[in-house]
Amino acid sequence: MDFSLTEEQEMLVESVSRFIDNDYDFDGRQKNAASETGFSNELWRTFAELGWTAVPFSEADGGLGGGPVELMLMMQQFGRGLVIEPFLANIVLAGGVLRRLATTEQKSRWLQPLIAGELQAALGFAEPQGRFNSADVATVAKRAGDGFVLNGRKNLVLNGGNAALIIIPARTSGKQKDRSGITLFAIDGGSAGITRKAYKTVDGHQAAEISLADVRVAPKAVLGDIGLGFDTLQSVMDEATLAVSAEAIGIIRAMHDKTVEYTKNRVQFGVPIGSFQALQHRLVDTLVACEQTYSLLLWTAMVCAANDPAASRAISALKYQVGSAGMHVAREAVQLHGGMGVTWELDIAHFFKRMTSIELLFGNTDYHLDRYVSLS
Amino acid sequence: MRILLNRRLPSLRLLRYGNCVWNQHNQAGELAMNVNLSADEMAFRDQVRKFFAEKYPADIRFKTDNGIELERDDYIRWQKILYAQGWAAINWPVEYGGTGWSAVQKYIFANEIAEANAPDMVPFGVKMVAPVIYTFGNEAQKQRFLPDILQSNAWWCQGYSEPGSGSDLASLKTRAERMHDHYLVNGTKTWTTLAHMADWIFCLVRTSSDVARRQEGISFLLIDMNTPGVSVKPIITIEGEREVNEVHFENVRVPFGNLIGEEGKGWTYGKVLLQHERTNLAGTARSIFQMRRLKARAMQALHGGEPLMNDRNFARKFAATEIELKALEYTDLRTLAAVAIGKAPGPESSILKIRGTEVSQAIAALCMEAAGYYALPWIPSQYSVGFPVAERIGLGSETRTSLRYFNNRKASIYGGSNEIQKNIISKHVLGL
Repeated sequence: MDFSLTEEQEMLVESVSRFIDNDYDFDGRQKNAASETGFSNELWRTFAELGWTAVPFSEADGGLGGGPVELMLMMQQFGRGLVIEPFLANIVLAGGVLRRLATTEQKSRWLQPLIAGELQAALGFAEPQGRFNSADVATVAKRAGDGFVLNGRKNLVLNGGNAALIIIPARTSGKQKDRSGITLFAIDGGSAGITRKAYKTVDGHQAAEISLADVRVAPKAVLGDIGLGFDTLQSVMDEATLAVSAEAIGIIRAMHDKTVEYTKNRVQFGVPIGSFQALQHRLVDTLVACEQTYSLLLWTAMVCAANDPAASRAISALKYQVGSAGMHVAREAVQLHGGMGVTWELDIAHFFKRMTSIELLFGNTDYHLDRYVSLS
Repeated sequence: MRILLNRRLPSLRLLRYGNCVWNQHNQAGELAMNVNLSADEMAFRDQVRKFFAEKYPADIRFKTDNGIELERDDYIRWQKILYAQGWAAINWPVEYGGTGWSAVQKYIFANEIAEANAPDMVPFGVKMVAPVIYTFGNEAQKQRFLPDILQSNAWWCQGYSEPGSGSDLASLKTRAERMHDHYLVNGTKTWTTLAHMADWIFCLVRTSSDVARRQEGISFLLIDMNTPGVSVKPIITIEGEREVNEVHFENVRVPFGNLIGEEGKGWTYGKVLLQHERTNLAGTARSIFQMRRLKARAMQALHGGEPLMNDRNFARKFAATEIELKALEYTDLRTLAAVAIGKAPGPESSILKIRGTEVSQAIAALCMEAAGYYALPWIPSQYSVGFPVAERIGLGSETRTSLRYFNNRKASIYGGSNEIQKNIISKHVLGL
């Protein structure tokens, strides 16, 4: 049994970790979150220069050939630093689709600029009626000439307001919830017929509501095979679920540590509040929650790295644990910070909001427990 | 309504059990209680319902129904309507302008105001400082302050917590020095709700440090917010809005006449007030209303999808919360019953605070779950006056879901955190 990292993995962790500690302060994050794009383009270019945007892609595609373990390591650090730069939307979601389906020509058009940090991209993984079921696709693509015409609506398109490339799953055949008949289209964000309502999300990130009205696309916009897009979509969603779960572990560990520190320093009744047994036991419980969740993360990353067919089930187990144990830690951290925990000024509130978002993202706790059962 | 101790039900007796009031089963083994309203009580309910239907202004109702933030003038206009009806000060003694209602009538009113989705009186004046003034204040103070509170001419806020004194309130440091004809106040109060709208603040201040117990040497002082040296600094809370503030006092001159009762006895007066505050914290009627709205939302079929209420996981969680809320409602009624026979709300009101806030937080979490991905947009501006409701991003029927959810994390922290409430129960109820 060996949980140690390779030398390359250690270097990756050190690179991200050093950046978070030295160059990614909370005040700057807040300022960038409030800007129009909702993140720092300059920092995003730094991500690319440091090679982080290349990590999950194959060397043939100009990437570094990283897998689930590398993704997990980076996302934990991003969680700890409350990073708002759109790594998930660009690299995990849009990049995940391109990496799996794009032709050489499509890769040179979209994937290379994406890795270089020059292209902003998004994936429309959700529709208003579909809740967490990404097979529930009511957006329709009808053949028109040699291309297609798309109509429909996507909600919570992460990075959707900034994206020059939007990947849209649309139905080319079958019924609304069928897994077959879904095709993935790569669409220029500025295409006629696309309306985007961009907004900030509760966690300081940004997204958009996107509607498509008679959007015409050329045949070369099709990613992969017609009607066979769902398997890829699901693999990408699984990877994204692993990514946000790892991010959540970075978040709750930071929340736990900060709370322990706070209770050591906050004096009431003449003593640090951490000297009260009632609080000590609660902090022990949050420590246990962090450790148990981290253990499950390691197991899941290993299962995924081994290309085990049970990977989806492991990912659902992890997301369930992250949702239940993670929210427990997050609630306790806010509560034990007292009034300060619910102020905008303190990072604890923002960790809490990101954890709350992650609880919902790509299926909440109930959704993944059900999926775990159905895959068992 | 017959609750617990109705004299018309001889089989029911009250037992004192520690500091809690329990009811006894009747001989048939049934719980001897009856929530049917008497004819008089029904008539009263109809009268209250009619009042809300006719007098609650449509424009303010539109705002509360659609989650649009009320402005200061909205509150005042509504409170003056309540005053004109004689219902501004429900708990006050009749001699000062109170209603003289029975516990059951108050309960009916609380239900009806929640059902109308109308705002309660802003509590700091009418529910918090006024009982201290009419219980411990002198005649001049009663005449000076009570009418303006009753008529909503003066807006009050509460100056208790300080940056270093939260749960440990008695450690407060804001000091009032006795000068030849006034107090000179220096210090900082925090978490002051709506201080930016307030005309007056009531404060606990330290008038003496030379005391055996820290609770001594604290005085209860009324301060005009327009006095030179008073400044208000906003605190933005987790959801991104301004509700609370820091209030700074720098060489603020306060007349001796603004001291309530005796110097150094403020802690006693303040404690009475805190217990009044706690009785207002269960919020069961509001929670029942929120649950009904949530249910209506979860019953709606999304386009092409299933209503969320058909989801067994959600339905079970909804049911569990509903059951907890029902238990809370009856715990609340038991407290009400104790008050009805002349007992002051005691430490058991801490139970209401703990469970009331936990239930309201559970409901807010269910609302987030029901909203799904539409819980995540953060667009406070779409709840501002004039923003077309139809153009909001989200499901049409939900309002401020995430703003409420995040904001409501404060509920288990304010008014004496739930940890402090547990200390009170373990000390005063369990005798530990």
